[in-house]
Amino acid sequence: MSKHTVTIEINGSSITREVDSRLLLVHFLREELVMTGTHIGCDTSHCGACTVLIDGRSVKSCTLFTMQANGKSLTTIEGMETEGKLHPLQEGFHQEHGLQCGFCTPGMIMRAAELLDKNPNPTEEEIRWGISGNLCRCTGYVNIIKAVQYAAEKIQKEAT
Amino acid sequence: MIPPPYEYLNPNQLSEAISLLQKHGEEAKILAGGHSLIPAMKLRFALPEYLIDISGIEGMDFLREEEGQLRIGAMSRESSLEESELISEKYPLLLDTAKMIADPQVRNMATVGGNLAHGDPANDHPAAMIALRARVVVEGPNGSREIGIDDFFTDFFTTALQNNEILTEIKIPAAPPNSGGSYQKIERKVGDYAAAAVACQLSFDAGGTIQQIGIGLTNVGPIPLRSNSAEDHLRGQIPDDSLIRESGRLAAEDCDPVDDLRGSAEYKRDLVNELTQRAIKISIERSERGS
Repeated sequence: MSKHTVTIEINGSSITREVDSRLLLVHFLREELVMTGTHIGCDTSHCGACTVLIDGRSVKSCTLFTMQANGKSLTTIEGMETEGKLHPLQEGFHQEHGLQCGFCTPGMIMRAAELLDKNPNPTEEEIRWGISGNLCRCTGYVNIIKAVQYAAEKIQKEAT
Repeated sequence: MIPPPYEYLNPNQLSEAISLLQKHGEEAKILAGGHSLIPAMKLRFALPEYLIDISGIEGMDFLREEEGQLRIGAMSRESSLEESELISEKYPLLLDTAKMIADPQVRNMATVGGNLAHGDPANDHPAAMIALRARVVVEGPNGSREIGIDDFFTDFFTTALQNNEILTEIKIPAAPPNSGGSYQKIERKVGDYAAAAVACQLSFDAGGTIQQIGIGLTNVGPIPLRSNSAEDHLRGQIPDDSLIRESGRLAAEDCDPVDDLRGSAEYKRDLVNELTQRAIKISIERSERGS
């Protein structure tokens, strides 16, 4: 089987490894790097639990070969906290009870991060549309939306 | 699920990608966004020996209007259609279509070229491109050639692309003044394929007569379909309720759906009838004549 060298900047650190062509990005993160914050839910690009950011864009890491991320900059849930301080989205999920079992949460947060980056003050409708590629089996969407709204307000307040 | 082993190739030049296709023939597949191909590999529906990743080739991701045409690079991501001012101002049919494809994360990877080249009659861009009378540009060992969209989809999951050719660009006649379009899709849930969907693009002359009209149908036949009879019924006419109603009926006659988990053939025909009428009405509203 063919091996290739990949270099990916993950949460600010450059990481180089030899990987198989067929190694999926989510398996690279979870098994090679033992970064298990990114979850595998459906494994069929429907549920969004495996969402990470590549160059700021949210993608489903179960449907990407590691090679496709070569040379790119990746952010995972582990990279959201900075200097011991939770990201406003993480804080929002905590404050608004935006999770029950928590399985979908890393994907929800990574997806919402891109959403707020592009649209800092989304309507409820825009948030619902924005997280339409993420499933919560506990069906706790109401509080997830409140969590995103909390983060949007906090980010805006911090900016002023 | 772990995809089967394969050899990853990532050329920097289009010519290099074509040479690799020539060398490996049917053993090779082009990897664009991968959001149809990778799921198919996981399920062993696709077992390529080589994947040629074309995302590193410069000049395949663009979106611009020039010389009376809208030109879309094959590697344009669906999300770039959604975010484009040009598309939201002048091509509402393409904006509607891009928004209805899968979900936001998938649209960040999925490409317009891939959506066509995959040849899936359930994909959404084919019907839109039929309505827009697009031409597809493909590049092979002997240079490039253009294929009219009506000649592109030849059979179930089969296109006019040869084994040694790569789809590079989609060319669409620039939207004339007083034109409008719409994509109307019924899906069971976000991210699903259409139970049925209808794309409409039309333009009016100064007198309010329909000058050009295109109507494309999604997932109601072995290939994406054009409803010639609905188009003929409206072309050269000043549309009214009874003409639009009859066009819906004609489109339903033109389609060829089968019973499956998304509904019975009869239900899908009814959907095509209704969605055709909705797509025409919204297209009219979005043209200057409607506003």
